[in-house]
Amino acid sequence: MTQAAEPISHYRLTHLKALEAEAIHIMREVAAQFERPALMFSGGKDSIVMVALALKAFRPAKFPFPLLHVDTGHNFPEALEFRDQLVEKIGERLIVHKVQDMIDKGLAAEDPGPFPSRNRAQIPTLINAIEEYRFDALFGGARRDEEKARAKERIFSFRDEFGQWDPKNQRPELWNLYNGRHRMGENIRVFPISNWTEMDVWQYIMLENIEIPDLYFSHKRDVVKRMGQWVPVGEAPFGPREGEEVTNRTVRFRTVGDMSCTAATDSPASTLEDIVAEVAAARASERGARMDDKTNEAAMEDRKKEGYF
Amino acid sequence: MSAETETQPARTPDPNANQGMEFSTDAYLDMDLLRFLTCGSVDDGKSTLIGRLLYDSKSIFEDQLEAAESASKGRGDERMNLALLTDGLRAEREQGITIDVAYRYFATPKRKFIIADCPGHVQYTRNMVTGASTANLALILIDARNGVIEQTRRHSFITSLLRIPHLVVCVNKMDLVDWDQETYEKIRDDFEEFAARFEINDITFIPMSALTGDNVVNRSSNMDWYQGPSLLHHLENVHIAGDRDMIDPRFPVQWVIRPQSDEFHDYRGYGGQVASGVFQVGDEIVALPSGMESKIKSIDIGGDSITRAYPPQSVSIQLEDDIDISRGDMICRPNNKPISGQDIDAMVVWMTDQPMVVGKKYTIRHTSNEARCIVKDLHYQIDIETLSRDESAEKLGLNEIGRVSIRTTKPLFYDPYRQCRITGSFIIVDEQTNNTVGAAMIIGETK
Repeated sequence: MTQAAEPISHYRLTHLKALEAEAIHIMREVAAQFERPALMFSGGKDSIVMVALALKAFRPAKFPFPLLHVDTGHNFPEALEFRDQLVEKIGERLIVHKVQDMIDKGLAAEDPGPFPSRNRAQIPTLINAIEEYRFDALFGGARRDEEKARAKERIFSFRDEFGQWDPKNQRPELWNLYNGRHRMGENIRVFPISNWTEMDVWQYIMLENIEIPDLYFSHKRDVVKRMGQWVPVGEAPFGPREGEEVTNRTVRFRTVGDMSCTAATDSPASTLEDIVAEVAAARASERGARMDDKTNEAAMEDRKKEGYF
Repeated sequence: MSAETETQPARTPDPNANQGMEFSTDAYLDMDLLRFLTCGSVDDGKSTLIGRLLYDSKSIFEDQLEAAESASKGRGDERMNLALLTDGLRAEREQGITIDVAYRYFATPKRKFIIADCPGHVQYTRNMVTGASTANLALILIDARNGVIEQTRRHSFITSLLRIPHLVVCVNKMDLVDWDQETYEKIRDDFEEFAARFEINDITFIPMSALTGDNVVNRSSNMDWYQGPSLLHHLENVHIAGDRDMIDPRFPVQWVIRPQSDEFHDYRGYGGQVASGVFQVGDEIVALPSGMESKIKSIDIGGDSITRAYPPQSVSIQLEDDIDISRGDMICRPNNKPISGQDIDAMVVWMTDQPMVVGKKYTIRHTSNEARCIVKDLHYQIDIETLSRDESAEKLGLNEIGRVSIRTTKPLFYDPYRQCRITGSFIIVDEQTNNTVGAAMIIGETK
């Protein structure tokens, strides 16, 4: 404390620190306004950043909420391994709620047809977890720059007892005042990094030296060409389909979702600096690698209305 | 006409279009943030302007362009409709209107920008107020052929009411008035004349054409009579550091951090976001409402110590003494306290169909505090088209604005909104529906 502090007039807050301050504020509001929040954790980079922000908001105390993973059973093994290591390192509680259990009980089903997508089956699984644990607020790592329906969603996004989003009837959200009032059975989805872009997330990971799964860095992987994209192949049900030729390429993932619907991109980027440079030069959006959004122009809006994140 | 001016030919991205936009890693980590508001209706060329800012700063991706192109074709549009990039909801695309605030993002090597893109029509006043509440700067578009119209006045009034520190008046569609200097100057003079009634300190006028790009990113060669900056240059350089109040320390306590561990047995941190002023280790403080005094022992973020906390940092403050402080309390300096009181006058924007009536009780949220209140008086309603005051008004309906007196169930610690947008604002919540039904900017104590 002996060093001379810089003059107050020289003070400047960078955009990353401004976004960080906003996210911490939002997380503390949720801790204070709700009885049973949870943080949705997938092992992807956005939810890893959310955990880093929660550490800033609540350490040296424990998080006043558990982490919740809706496990589709279609995860990359690397993402699950990373998830378990991180949870052990920070010493927080993780709840895993499995789509497979819901399918076994007949409460959810895979999408029919040749594509084994479990994207929609996440919706009843999530709603089941909300009911079982009586969660009243769920943190999600969604960002408004990802998709145009999300660009319209509030930071505190109110959901009715069926988990549905009503885009035409959203609560006004002013200044830094968040209204979390709700009735029993209703819940609020909260997006603390709403105002972050893909670039901000990568810069923050670099600035704060946050560990992320190796999937995001350049590596050799077996892929097939499907719908114009490099799709990873693995054990059944992720094997190559008839007529598809497996090639081994140097790729990385820009976004990590289910193996069944996340495409890899050709990339030599092996450091965070490389990735930031690559993202800056990118000509395609991040969600372009998510085949689940391409069904139609309003695919995301429709899924959100049903209770998707 | 608008069909022509709101579209532009589908084009292949020009690989040289973004020269001067290269970032270095260091630049990324040293940018600041400007939040600005755009308001206008389809006819003003707002979507074209935003589309151009996003496109020229490389913030629109090829697959997003392709999706907008194919949607334009699907709708039978001859050329790509840039509004399809910005209107996110199905109903908006179907009806061709903007209903709600959309947030958009772009960055140049100097700054990161958040655009709150707001609908312009009077029935969406509440949406504009929502977008305005967090903006550092407002962009108002004027069609050079029409000059200052009723909508311009309404948007300027809201900019002033919400105290957005900077205003840029974009005199757009200059290509359609032959880049005429006199037309521009007449609009500028008209605007200045009526804006003299408002409290807007910093107004910048820029003649431009969003369609052709003149004065948007690059200086226009068609208007060499204009010596000012292009819009993007102004957005990159407008001085915003001075907008924050560094004088009056206000720290609403959000959450008390108390680790249940042996290692941090004595740690008791008050989590919150600095609303204004600066807090420093060693400062003498007073906690409200208790009035107990102490000194700041430490300030940290997630356990990492810092010596000073500035607005709007989210930090945890530890005090020398163990005094009773909880959520909703305010930490400030003994010689610089906010107003404390239960009878408050405020300008209220009403946001729901069920009108606000005198005598009704509501819940309010102010900083980290929650209280109930009763509406004691409606002094007048402002007609946002003529700005005249109607003192006979008995209720405030959707999108109406008026001066209101309330009495709260417990004292609030507040400042006038003109001094601090954070400690000077509150929201009104309906106790039956739980909806946010009003936004309030505090004037001061009820006289």
